[in-house]
Amino acid sequence: MSATLRHAGWVLRGNPVTLAAGLGATLMVLLAVFGPALVPYDPVASNVPVALRPPSAAHWFGTDQLGRDVFSRVLVATRLDLLIAASAVTLSFAAGAPIGAFCGYVGGRLDRWVGRLVELLMAFPLFVLAMAMVAAFGNRVENIVIATALINLPFYIRFARAEVNIRRNVGWVEAARASGNSHAQVVLRFLLPNVLPAMAVQISLNLGWAILNVAGLSFLGLGVRPPTPEWGILVAEGARFITAGRWWLVTFPGLALMLAVLCFNLLGDGLRDILDPRLRT
Amino acid sequence: MTAPLLSIEDLRVGFSTRHGLVEALRGISLGLHVGETLGIVGESGSGKSVTALAVMRLLDRAGRISAGRISFRGQDITHAPRHVLQPLRGAAMSMIFQNPRAALNPIRTVGLQIADVLRAHEPLSAREARDRAGVLLEAVRIRDPLARLDAYPHELSGGMCQRVMIAMAIACEPALLIADEPTTGLDATTQKTVMDLLSETTARRGMAMVLITHDLGLAAQYCGRIAVMQQGLVVEEAPPHKLFGAPRHAYTRRLVAASPTRQSTIASLLPEASAAPPAAPAVPRGGRLLEVRGLVKRFAGTTAVDDVSFHLDAGESLGLVGESGSGKSTLSRLVCRLLDQTAGSIRFDGTDIGAVPARGFHRNPHRRDIQLVFQDHGGSLNPRFTAFQSIADPLKLLAGLGEGEALQRRVGECAERVGLPAELLGRFPHQLSGGQQARVGIARAIAARPRLLVLDEPTAALDVSVQAVILALLDRLRREEGLSFLFVSHDLNLVRMMCQRIIVLQAGKVVEEGKSDALFAAPRAAYTAELLAAIPHFAPEPSVPGTAG
Repeated sequence: MSATLRHAGWVLRGNPVTLAAGLGATLMVLLAVFGPALVPYDPVASNVPVALRPPSAAHWFGTDQLGRDVFSRVLVATRLDLLIAASAVTLSFAAGAPIGAFCGYVGGRLDRWVGRLVELLMAFPLFVLAMAMVAAFGNRVENIVIATALINLPFYIRFARAEVNIRRNVGWVEAARASGNSHAQVVLRFLLPNVLPAMAVQISLNLGWAILNVAGLSFLGLGVRPPTPEWGILVAEGARFITAGRWWLVTFPGLALMLAVLCFNLLGDGLRDILDPRLRT
Repeated sequence: MTAPLLSIEDLRVGFSTRHGLVEALRGISLGLHVGETLGIVGESGSGKSVTALAVMRLLDRAGRISAGRISFRGQDITHAPRHVLQPLRGAAMSMIFQNPRAALNPIRTVGLQIADVLRAHEPLSAREARDRAGVLLEAVRIRDPLARLDAYPHELSGGMCQRVMIAMAIACEPALLIADEPTTGLDATTQKTVMDLLSETTARRGMAMVLITHDLGLAAQYCGRIAVMQQGLVVEEAPPHKLFGAPRHAYTRRLVAASPTRQSTIASLLPEASAAPPAAPAVPRGGRLLEVRGLVKRFAGTTAVDDVSFHLDAGESLGLVGESGSGKSTLSRLVCRLLDQTAGSIRFDGTDIGAVPARGFHRNPHRRDIQLVFQDHGGSLNPRFTAFQSIADPLKLLAGLGEGEALQRRVGECAERVGLPAELLGRFPHQLSGGQQARVGIARAIAARPRLLVLDEPTAALDVSVQAVILALLDRLRREEGLSFLFVSHDLNLVRMMCQRIIVLQAGKVVEEGKSDALFAAPRAAYTAELLAAIPHFAPEPSVPGTAG
């Protein structure tokens, strides 16, 4: 463990961008956990007398049309956005990685059929799928999570498939079988852990996209509904006032969104270097 | 004496790594005259390749020449800028790399690649360059050279690719050719033809050659002078017969002893090791352990193993010799039940294990009896497992040991048996040297106390001195643990030392079988004779009986 930490330290020292992204991502997670306890105002309590005030010492990000504190709403929204994005990504990773790994290892007919299915899925636009699911199963957050997970699934299947495929004939796979591992054990105990470092990059990048997707869906009114604070909703609501010069309503949630996506995207590459033991000496 | 073509004086090269500066060359001096052939011999990490790259000024960004002088034709090129070096590279000095397939561009035909080299140094039209490329391919004895001009590297064999590399290297008639392990990874017979071609070509064109190799026998056969390198220093430099006859440096003596000759025995490869008397076999010899009958394996369209039958007794060591493509690796995978045969039977200790499909063999009680040692030891270790985990894996799955003291003890015991220091057990494969990786691989194979060990070219990827140690280790293990060996190799000489009986395989068929000594003394099959002739050999005394009379 200490070797891992030392190695992480070395990677981060040589790569300040990863360090900054890592700190940013950590901050996001901390805000998601403690945000609701830290906010100065109740994010849903309206206070009409102070509606649409620009940023000030009392309201750092200004107030919205009902006098709610934008700073509090942006901060509280972190938890929901990260939670939805993380569950979607976890779901697609947990399902996609083993499916892809088995396809890459077994090859043949299974691989061909799954490949076609994946292509079908990739041709499907997320927003149409989400609308269809909302129409069929109701406008609930769970459905948005599943829709996002489903749309991201092909990336994990393809990625795991390609990474496993190039390793299926390496010496240590044969050695594992000689040591008494079944085919399934070879995939789960040997191949998957070995493709994990490369997948970590994918997970991190995907988390960024997923956050963006969730915000996009709620912007359209799918999944999360007002008055729940969520970055997409905040942007959607604020958009109505942008022509009137109330820039703070859109800018701050937009910035939060951008920062979150940026952090997770930049984190990806650094993460791969930390997780790969071959880079350790 | 004229000025040397190439002279290296007190050259020092350092690489900056995360652990600070590492000195790869610690002050070496070498000289080479026109038309001379110099061999540089040493183990991996001794600095031989760094020397070559420093001369070509092709060191990567982390490497720096910190002191010394390299002059070529009297011109100091130690710190020469690129515009001075560019016309020299390819035209005046060129280099052949270890892996010809990796050194050739996979998406360009070989004719175009040779033409590229020509046109970089001479104003030629595409037509002229193509014609010259054809002549060059003919010079390196590629059959049907004009048709081969349009071939892509993947359409050629490894030996052919190396010939193309040689054609590129000699295209502009350079005065100096540096060959960095030009035949590593090639079959013995291909190695011989490539080396003969190299030495003939350089001799005919009056070129000087630097041959970098870990194989002392090969260097002795083809070089006029040999420099032995160890840890970034040249420890000895002498003509081959002197080096073999009276090696001065202790390291050279060890290297000479470790290089197998036709007379070598396992014991003679390691003269310094205490001559421990071989322990009595734990299992009495005799009793059929393995009986293979009419084994056939077909892959889509090709027959890799064609009606092979042989047997192996308990405690016996059987050699399986053949070149790449002879089906020996496929055969070993079939015996190990990692692959299903198309036809034929494999009986192990009386039971027909060939009837058990490979996919379910991990549950078979005989799984632990048959284990495998791989050629590429590093590549056979899971990069995410420590040495301990690698050795523990078969113990958990095959010997039923759970996490705990018994497992710890047995892993420690196995490590001790193969001479792996206990403190290395926590390391990942990439943190181990080639020899240490080999020991982990062997420890893993013997962990579950198998009865048959299939060794697939176990020393092909190792330096000679490490090879000697590993061979001795395997031989001792066989005697002490009462193991039977199926020793697969392309090197007939190694198999002779390790095995009592030999099977020679060609294109999936057994062409000869017999006792090692008899087969060596009087091969019956022409193919065996060819393999025998390809063993690099060098007589310690320059014996030229023909000229005396």
